[in-house]
Amino acid sequence: MRKQKLFKMSVLVYISTQDGKATKASLEVASYASALNSGDVVAMVSGNITGDAGLGSVGVSKVLHFATDLTDNSQQSKLTKAAALAIGAKIVIFSGNNLGNAIAPRVAIAMDAGYVAGVIDIPDGDTFSRNVFSGKATAKVNVKTENSVLTVTPNSFGIKNIGSSEAVVEAFSADVGEAKVKFNGFSPTSNDGSVPLPEAERVVSAGRGLKGPENWGIVEELAKALNATTACSRPVGDMGWRPHHEHVGQTGITIRPDLYIACGISGAIQHLAGVNQSKVIVVINTDPEAPFFKAADYGIVGDVFEVLPKLTEAIKAL
Amino acid sequence: MKLLVCISKAPDTTSRIAFTDGDKHFDESGVQFIVNPYDEWYALVRAIELVEQNGGSVTTITVGDVTCDPIIRKALAIGASDAVRIDAVPTDSSQVARLIANYAKDQGYDIILAGKETIDNNSSAVPAMIAECLDLPYVPLVTKLDITGDEATLASETIGGTNNLTVKGQFVLSATKGIAEQRIPNMRGIMSARTKQLLVVEAISVDPSTQVNIFKLPPPKGDCVFVDVDNPAELVRLLHEEAKII
Repeated sequence: MRKQKLFKMSVLVYISTQDGKATKASLEVASYASALNSGDVVAMVSGNITGDAGLGSVGVSKVLHFATDLTDNSQQSKLTKAAALAIGAKIVIFSGNNLGNAIAPRVAIAMDAGYVAGVIDIPDGDTFSRNVFSGKATAKVNVKTENSVLTVTPNSFGIKNIGSSEAVVEAFSADVGEAKVKFNGFSPTSNDGSVPLPEAERVVSAGRGLKGPENWGIVEELAKALNATTACSRPVGDMGWRPHHEHVGQTGITIRPDLYIACGISGAIQHLAGVNQSKVIVVINTDPEAPFFKAADYGIVGDVFEVLPKLTEAIKAL
Repeated sequence: MKLLVCISKAPDTTSRIAFTDGDKHFDESGVQFIVNPYDEWYALVRAIELVEQNGGSVTTITVGDVTCDPIIRKALAIGASDAVRIDAVPTDSSQVARLIANYAKDQGYDIILAGKETIDNNSSAVPAMIAECLDLPYVPLVTKLDITGDEATLASETIGGTNNLTVKGQFVLSATKGIAEQRIPNMRGIMSARTKQLLVVEAISVDPSTQVNIFKLPPPKGDCVFVDVDNPAELVRLLHEEAKII
């Protein structure tokens, strides 16, 4: 059962679309699959699709299109397995977002495949790196089975446009069984059109140092100037100053943006666990002893009420 | 109703993370272990609340050796009815899921609950894998769970919002913030936990499908570059020219 290296054949990527186009997370997954250089990249798409959904540009050669938009992960799993069998794919890749995390483990069991969740870079031979201990360490993982199912940590690899050719779109059908979970609707967390936190490249986050929910204007202004998504610390979420879905940290959302700006957050270890994979961390706090400065790349010791408006102006002037 | 809650042993959040045996294994010396917070605060507490309202039982299940018993007693002290420990030291998620599924398959649990992930392995894989092993529906990242008759009404976190769902019959879920609040065990709970049943079950043979070759700690973080409070424009310059991220 020992795996014979990553031989040349097809790699299947699971793609989700919005308004017919592949989502940012999906384009990243397809870019990752292309960079594996393990064979043709074939995309599985269910539901609405326009043209090739923009997938040719990230190296996808063929799109298998299942006409019905599936919402039940047991059906999505059956569809993915059928597609993998149809093209003889030994590697199946998802985004490590809420959607991929629900389907990929099912597919791994269904295909008797080794499962590596949240890979962060291109494998060295057949050894994958992933974050463990809430970002405090990485593990190098080997897959011992013939088949592999992977998820790619969002915003770890990026989107690499490598061509302008269109992918071939083929209709695909499979027996996916009945939906056992009934979908009754979707409630968006916000309507401001900002990028969801797990996918955000820039995040401006604030804590108790803001003193009250009425003061969030300066945080939102900074976020707007940076085209960033807003987040908050746990106490702020628990006190109801900000909605729960903005809470980043150990028990909230784990994020990996390029830039994380923490305003008036002391940096408790539970908070750091959710943000320590950020590429650049900026901390603004009145307390020079705040533990967050130890994890920061750049810091300003000062009052957020003075610093944030000036910072916003400086960014607008850039 | 008959509920099964998956409970995992995890190092306390503040533990020093270090490795031993050629960086192949987590160094457990001096580490305080806790019930994985997502399993405890969210999955277990909601299961106990549902049984308090509707009657029934909450069984916890853990794959692990005898070192898991203290955290299992903690779960019993919080209010679980009884506990099962499958006696094995698992090395990957699929092993854990297959062992739990094998035990649960003919026990008739209405709902199998787990936290959204463990704070050591962070795979978010076990509950979805159990669902696949047992061919059951799976609802991830549940922030709200109510039961009426044989139907469960759920809110499930997804990208950019929440899916509102209903499920009839048996299913598996992963729990996250919002579904319940943390509970502190009281003295009566702690006393009664000592006499509640903790059934130790022999493990069937299941091979892991992945293997960790080595763990690595991140390189030490460089010193924080401090920018003068009166000159935020300098920070913008550094982010633009040095870090090149804006």
